[in-house]
Formats: sequence, C-alpha cells, structure tokens
Amino acid sequence: MLTITDLVKQYPTGLKALHGVNLSIDEPQVVAIIGPSGAGKSTLIRCINRLVEPTTGSIILDGTDVTKLGRRELRRARRRMGMIFQEYNLVERLTVMENLLSGRLGYVGFWRTFRRNYPPDDVQAAYQLLDRVGLEGYENTRADALSGGQRQRVGIARALMQQPDLLLIDEPTASLDPKTSRQIMRIIVKLAHESGTPALLNIHDVPLAQAHADRVVGLADGNIVFDGKPDELTEEVLTQIYGEEDWSTTVGHDEDETRKRPRRRTKLEREAAAG
Amino acid sequence: MSAPATTDYPKIWKRPGLITNLHVQRGVVALVVLYFFWSIGSLDLDWHRFSQGFERAGNLFGRMLPPDFSRWELLLKGVSESIQMAFAASFFGMALAVPVGLCAASNLAPKPVYLVARGIIVITRTFHEVIIAIIFVKIFGFGPLAGMLTLVVASLSFISKMLAEDIENLTPGSLEAVRATGASFPKFLVYAIIPQILPRYLGVSIYRLDANIRHSTVVGIVGAGGIGQVLQASFNRYDYDFSLAILISIVALVFIGEFFGAWIRSKLR
Amino acid sequence: MTLEEHAKRYPEVWRKFNPRQSLIRYAWYIGIVFVAVWSIHQLEIPWIYFLDAHVQTADLLVRMFPPDWWFFLEVIDPLVETIHIATLGTAVTFVIAFPLAFLSARNTTLNNATWFIGRFILVTSRSVNTVVWGLLFVAIFGPGPIAGIWAIAARSIGFLGKLVAEAIEEIDEGTVEAIEATGASRLQVLWLGVLPQVLPVIWGTTVYRWDINIRESTVLGFVGGGGIGIILYSSINQFAWREVGIMLISILMVVILSEFISATIRKWIS
Repeated sequence: MLTITDLVKQYPTGLKALHGVNLSIDEPQVVAIIGPSGAGKSTLIRCINRLVEPTTGSIILDGTDVTKLGRRELRRARRRMGMIFQEYNLVERLTVMENLLSGRLGYVGFWRTFRRNYPPDDVQAAYQLLDRVGLEGYENTRADALSGGQRQRVGIARALMQQPDLLLIDEPTASLDPKTSRQIMRIIVKLAHESGTPALLNIHDVPLAQAHADRVVGLADGNIVFDGKPDELTEEVLTQIYGEEDWSTTVGHDEDETRKRPRRRTKLEREAAAG
Repeated sequence: MSAPATTDYPKIWKRPGLITNLHVQRGVVALVVLYFFWSIGSLDLDWHRFSQGFERAGNLFGRMLPPDFSRWELLLKGVSESIQMAFAASFFGMALAVPVGLCAASNLAPKPVYLVARGIIVITRTFHEVIIAIIFVKIFGFGPLAGMLTLVVASLSFISKMLAEDIENLTPGSLEAVRATGASFPKFLVYAIIPQILPRYLGVSIYRLDANIRHSTVVGIVGAGGIGQVLQASFNRYDYDFSLAILISIVALVFIGEFFGAWIRSKLR
Repeated sequence: MTLEEHAKRYPEVWRKFNPRQSLIRYAWYIGIVFVAVWSIHQLEIPWIYFLDAHVQTADLLVRMFPPDWWFFLEVIDPLVETIHIATLGTAVTFVIAFPLAFLSARNTTLNNATWFIGRFILVTSRSVNTVVWGLLFVAIFGPGPIAGIWAIAARSIGFLGKLVAEAIEEIDEGTVEAIEATGASRLQVLWLGVLPQVLPVIWGTTVYRWDINIRESTVLGFVGGGGIGIILYSSINQFAWREVGIMLISILMVVILSEFISATIRKWIS
C-alpha cells in the first residue's frame, strides 16, 4: 500500500530532518510514530502528501510515486490521503458542515464550491460521519464555537470524508486533555479499522501509542531506530529513542514542529499605518 | 463511506446565513440595488464627459511628461515648508494633547471636565483638515501659520483621543496600588499613569508626525502654505509638467516620512 | 559584614538608567526640541497676528449667529450628494482593492512581478491625498461628482488593499495546509481556506473607510469634486458666516451619524 524508500529531507536552513527513512505499510493497520521533538515525525508525515517537499527518495502509494507528480496529479493523489492535524486546522469561521464538506474539495469543481452547492451523496455521507464521531446536531454550529475535542472530531470527519486510502495523522491529541485524548484516539482507531484504511500517526505520548496502535515505529534524529509491535517496546528501546543526550541536542532543532507566528500588530497601528 | 447504505440521513444541507429569513435577505439586496440606482441617478453623472475622460486623461499625462524640475527652488521651498509645518505642529500637538488627553479620560477627570474635553476631541476630529485650514486662513491670513495651526489641531485631537483611551484601558488594580501608598495626584500621575502609557504615547505621536507630513501636502490647497499651495497654483496655471514634478516630490516626501517614522519606532522598542 | 561591604551590597543610590542611557535620552529630548524650534523659526511666523487672534475668532463666531436656519433646506441636496460620493467611491474601491489585496499578499500572489505591481499600486494610492487626487481627476473629468468618486476611490484603494493584504499574510497557515491536503485546487484554497479568515477584516475595513470617506468628501468640492464643499467654499470666500455656521453644523451631524453607523456595523460583524 505505502512504501517509503531512502527518504531524505534537508531544509534550506541546512537542517537535515530525515536521513534516509525506509518504511512500508502492507496491511490496514494503525502505525504510531514515536520519538522526541525534532526527530522528524512531522516532516515524515508531511513529505508523504508533499506539504513538505522531500529532498530525495521515493514514496510509493498504491503504485504511484508521489514524489514525481506534477501539480495536477499531486492534487489527485492528495484526495486519496486524509490528514488530521494537531491544531485541528478547521476553517474557524465556517460551519461544521462546511468544514466536513471541504474534505470533498478535490472532487468538486470551483463553481460548486463557490455556490456551496455540494452533491447530495456527499451531504448524506457528511451527516452519517457526524453521527459516527458523535457530533450529531452540530452541523450548523460554527467551528470557532466548539471545544478542542469537538474540533478534532470535525477534523477526523473531514479527513474521512475524502474516503482516503491512507490517513496521515499529526499529533492528534497534543492539544487535548488526557481524557479527551483517549476518546479521540479510540475514534480514530475505530474508524480506521472499520473502513480498512491504514493510518500513519505521529504521537509523542508513548502509553497512548502502546494502548491503541497496531504497530509502533521509533524515530530518533531522522532515523528509524525501532519498528515492531507495541508490546515489544521495552525500557531499553525507549532509551534508544528518547536517550537523554538526544533530548539536549534536539531541543533547539524543532523547527518543523513549532512554527513561530509574527507578532500581531494592534488595530491602531495598522490603521494609522494605512493612512 | 459508500458501503453502509443508510438512507435515513438527509441529502440536502443549507448553510444558515447571517440573515436567516429569505424575504429579509432579498429585501436587503433590493435596498442596496435601489440605493445604487438612486445615487447614480441623482448625481446627474455626465456619461459623455466620463467617456471623454479617458482621452483627456491621455492628454493630461501627455502634458505632464516629462516632469519639469527646472523650478526646483520653488519646489524645495514648498517641501521644506511642509516638513517644518509638520515638525512644529507635531511638537505643539504632542504637548497640548497631554492635558486634553488626561481630561478626556473618564477614570481620571471629573464629569464636566471630561465632557468638555471629549467635546473638543469630537469637534476637531469631525472637520476635515482642509475645512479647519480655510478657517485659520480667514483668521490669520494666507501662509504656513494657518497650515501649522491646522495640523496642531488635528494632532491634538488624534493624540489626545488615543491617550484618553489608553488611560481608560489601564487596569484599575495598578492605579489603586499607587493610590494606596498615599501618593498625591501629581505623584500618582508620574508613578501610575505615565510609565504605563508613555511608550504608546510616543508611538502614537510618531505616527502623527508621519500623518502630519502627509497632510502638510494638502492644507496648501486652500492657501495654508507648504507644497500644496505650489501644487494648486501649478494646476490653476495648467503647468502640468511642473505639477507632476511636485506630485513626485510629494510621494517621495511621504515615503521618507514613513521610513523615518518606522526607523524611530524601531529605536523606541 | 563590614560597613563597606554593607554599603556595597545595599547602595544608597538606585537609578533606572545608567549614565550612558540617560545621556542618550537627554540627547533625544534636546534633539526633538531643537528640531521643533528650528522649524518654527524657519516658518517665520508673524507672531503679531496672535495679538488680535481672539478678537478675530470672537468676531467670526459672532458673525455666525444667529444661524440662518432656512439655509438648512439648501444644504440637504449637497449633503446627500456628499454621502453618495463617499458611498459610490467606497463601492468602486471595494471592487478594485479586493483582487489587488490578494495580489499584494506574499502568500496569495502569483509571482514576484505581480506582488511588486500590487504593492506599487497600493503605495502610490496611499501616498497622494484624496484632495490631491481630486485635483487630478477634476482635470481629467471636469468638475463634478465623477471626479469626486474617482478621487475617493483612488485614495481608498491603498488603504483597504494594504490592510486586507496584511490580514491575508497573517492568516492561520494550518487551515490552508489542511485544505491543500484534501487535494483542493488553488482557487478552492483561496475561497475556502483564505477568504473566510479575512472576510471580517474586509467588511470591517470597508465600512471604516466609508466613514472616513464621508469626511473626505466634504472637502472635495474645494477643488471641484462635487458635494457640499462647493457651496461651503463659496460661502467662506463671500464671508457669509451665517451660512457657513449652518453647513458646519450639518457636516458635524452627518459625520457623527456616519461614525455611529460604521461603529455599529463593525461591532455587528465581529
């Protein structure tokens, strides 16, 4: 299904995030990628749908090499990969339904998007998914009125609206409290299994990964250092992934995980500056 | 999701609009359309002249090019007068805005004083600089004095409004804390108010300096000195090539003003 | 602890700034005062005029009374025209500035050339005052409201375009990333990922600019751009202060009303 070969990513800043990663997923399973901040987890996931352009290597999804696609084909490939984000990344000012239907954008023309006129089957699928993630009745609520857990449910539903062949999930629980985290993980794993979709999931919470994933991959400093069943994760392996020295050297390197936002200027400053 | 064929979910979803009632929605659209018909109709827009405009615009630009910088002495005098007006006005405006701003803060000033100060701010803010300028021209005669006073009034109104709002937005706690030490009102000002608003006051003042440089180019249209007066004269004499030279200088001046303001603000931080 | 150590550890003097910092501060103060004094000196202000300024002002105010109330009827038409100029000018601005803002924002522009063109138009528009634009458009279209509308639009495009472009540059990129990840086209990303985030800024700024434009259009008549400025200018030049008084009062009312409307709408939007 998914085969990653010798994937290397070097950022223009010179930082080498991935040092030739090899990974393949051959059955519908939930694969958790664990590792310290700056290990390259986020980069790896973003290389697969090319939100981050890989430097060298190949990523083959069901026979097509994603790294070689042009703009148009890339959009077609992206339709087949659903993505779930740490910060949910919903369109805050739109309703839950619009956010869900945005998962079908790759299939709908611009004119229909413009008029918010979606195919009836999509609408029905959206209602059904809302039910499945436990948000029935919320279709007309604006996303910015939801709690963190509810937003992540919308994020999950949006990804599943794509009817994806692969789910890419980036730290789905890092912004949530422990209880909600568990609920969200349960929903993700349940829906992935039910629809038979393989999922690649970044997570820094090891116990959570162990409890829910079918397979665990340990990433340290851009290299895969562990690949096996959750119960094979021993103390020894964990030290290998999260070694204390590693912590100290990677702390300053997490450019791909925390992006700094510029300071927002006050309203006065903008208006005065404009005239 | 195509596999589970459940048919009991709706197939249609309509986005809830800001105005939910369809009739009201259509009514609003109709009102807007009607307004445009009314306004365009009542303005007695001369479409013939409008269509001729493009030709005349071409003509005008033809006569503007190339810009004529030969009378650079006149140009330089106008520009420097504008800059001087802006600097002097910003200085006086900054100084005068402090008492007015303090009086216009509702958490500081007694009610009658507050109302008078707010009244001054509202009235001075309402009238466009050019209106204020022409009245000053009638009182003080033509020349940069009227222009400078106009900009003083405009700066005073802008800075004091910002100052008053800043003071009103101060957290009551920090004010109470200093009051609780038994400080007198002047000490209270120095210790509780000034340190908290000084950076913003300076920032706003520098914005105002920038704005004054822009506005100093226009008060001359009614004879209040500066480069605007030179521009108006050149337009009246159809000296369009000189007009373009002046316009280029104004754009350059505004540019430098903006750059200068940004530089000082970066120093302040 | 000896006395010396004690004094060293707990000095009697505490200064917020060290001597160097203080020096720089005072240099700034002196510089500011110097520039102000130099400017005033250069302007060669005839201070003697101030001697009778209060007399002149009082005289002017007295001559505004009693206001010629009937003159209100003659002011209504030009006032309505003033509002029309501001509104139509803002409408034209909206149509032009909307695409321009997307062209001038780093993250939505097509390439460096389009970005530069967009920025250039915005900067030029902003650098020239509405009244100066008025002079130019009156020369093109002749005196009247068309010139006024274009003058308003020419200046406002830079204002609206700049603020919206900044809002576009500050949107949450995560949302855009999420929409891109669904395989959406560029236009769809703009429409669903970018636009909803900046729409409140677009409407809010437009309404705010409309309210500024009302004020601007009251003086366009001074250069022939239509509106109340035409009769205000002639009344002032004829020293018809009783009429001027009426016009100032009506301008005051219209501007305050428009400010109130604009504030209400902006509150409603956010």
